[in-house]
Amino acid sequence: MTNEPLLVTDNIEKRFGGVVAAQEISISLFRGETVAVIGSNGAGKTTFVNMVTGYLKPSSGQILFKGRDITGMSPQDTARIGIRRSFQISQIFPQLTVLENIMIADIAALEGKGGLSARAIKSDRIHAAHASLARFDLDKFATSDVGTLPQGVKKKLDIAMAAIDDPALILLDEPTSGVSVDEKISMMESVIEPLKGDDATVMFIEHDMDIVTRFAERTVAFYEGTILADGPTADVLKNNKVREYVIGGVHA
Amino acid sequence: MMKTDFRKEPLYIAVLAGLLCLAFFLPSWMRFLLQTALAGGLVSLGVVVQMRAGLVNFGQGLYYCLGGYAVGMLAVKLGITETVILLPAAVIVAVIAGGTLGLLLSRYREIFYAMLSLAVSMILYGLLVKAASLGSTDGFNVPPLSLFGWTPDRAIHGDVNYIVTVVLVVLACIATARYLMSGAGMLCEAVAENEIRLQYLGASPRRVVFISIVVAAALSGLGGGLYAMSINHVDPLMTNWTTSGGFVFVALLAGRGSTIAPVLGFFLLELVRTVALDVAPNAWQLILGLVMLAVILLLPDGLWSLISRRAKS
Repeated sequence: MTNEPLLVTDNIEKRFGGVVAAQEISISLFRGETVAVIGSNGAGKTTFVNMVTGYLKPSSGQILFKGRDITGMSPQDTARIGIRRSFQISQIFPQLTVLENIMIADIAALEGKGGLSARAIKSDRIHAAHASLARFDLDKFATSDVGTLPQGVKKKLDIAMAAIDDPALILLDEPTSGVSVDEKISMMESVIEPLKGDDATVMFIEHDMDIVTRFAERTVAFYEGTILADGPTADVLKNNKVREYVIGGVHA
Repeated sequence: MMKTDFRKEPLYIAVLAGLLCLAFFLPSWMRFLLQTALAGGLVSLGVVVQMRAGLVNFGQGLYYCLGGYAVGMLAVKLGITETVILLPAAVIVAVIAGGTLGLLLSRYREIFYAMLSLAVSMILYGLLVKAASLGSTDGFNVPPLSLFGWTPDRAIHGDVNYIVTVVLVVLACIATARYLMSGAGMLCEAVAENEIRLQYLGASPRRVVFISIVVAAALSGLGGGLYAMSINHVDPLMTNWTTSGGFVFVALLAGRGSTIAPVLGFFLLELVRTVALDVAPNAWQLILGLVMLAVILLLPDGLWSLISRRAKS
């Protein structure tokens, strides 16, 4: 592992008119790290993800990925250079089968490399799609229409689609939201393990501190658009300000 | 059952080709009806191609008309009457128009796409109606065309035109099937269902839509050229909204499960229209309307779902 950071955000800021959604956000992510992002609603977590993936252009500041300036790139371009994300509310193709969803992710990744003109449904692509599904324990749903599946399965599919094409950085926006409390841990295990196997850098937004403690080496705490703390998970969760503003209640 | 799986198309197209060969022996009025319906069917296929991306084009007649007028004007104004030159010219003119308009139209979705495409087709209608040198609303006649320098006798000209039409329609279906089987074809469904997600996977929805517009334009231009060749006449009604509406009608009626569905569907519509006109001259539109209503209520995925449902079970 090199010490060169994979992603650097240098003092980025996002304003919507007079509202400051995020400011002075400087984070460096390194290869192979698993980082949790915590913070109450409106703290700027999703705004941060949206800026990194190009959905929102920062009002000021710079984002570097592999040393290259990617500030203001479109989601399409950030996806092509290796930044993928999953969504808080799963974003999938509901009227198609699970297998088709994965194959579309594969074709979309190849768009600039002849993916549009080549035959879409080929046996090697089907095999690869089944293999991707198997990694996330989704293969038994391969032929089901996505719209008919339970929420947890949809969220896993969303993540499996983000993991196609081995991106260097995967951002998971609340991977366990909408999943029942008993299933959260097993859900995280079944998505984090395969992603770690690819040596990808994973950043996930999470509200459940048990999951944060269990899966993240490092945690970044957001509060009202700024970074309150950034460091090893245990230290951040012990931080007084974090306990007061983010976790709330537990310090009493 | 996968909606994006078109690997059975070669079989369906072979069936279509077989049926069209047999149809050579139909009574001549009906065969002629079939021949013109095949030309229109290609335009409906173009509408279907865009519908897969969630876009309804209410102005597809534009390319149909451009194809027809390209053939007519080259034949009349420049005296070129060679099928082998004229039909490719019809396709090229339509593709140039589709490629240019596609740059604009690929930005729009839903009702905006439908209305904008309708507006552009009606602009052409307006221009042609005003063009006295092109016969205004009457249009103009197209001379009989030659094939590889050979001008068939009057007696067999109809046969030759039918064969040319069938060969080109089958080839167009094969080319379209290849497109539907490609990545660009498969991603159309993704555009229709969740464009944002597609962008986050690294693909450009605009490019996918642009390709579908150009493919549809090529099919429609060929359809217009074949129509001009068949009936030896073109007029501005080809790009009127009523004509375009008919293509959308057939696309809905036939469904989007196969390339051959709209091609056969158009013939079915023409047949129903002819029979209805014969049986009830004052109520044929009512009959057509009831047919449409029945299909939408009973078979929301079009007549093709009767066949795909059987294939599934």
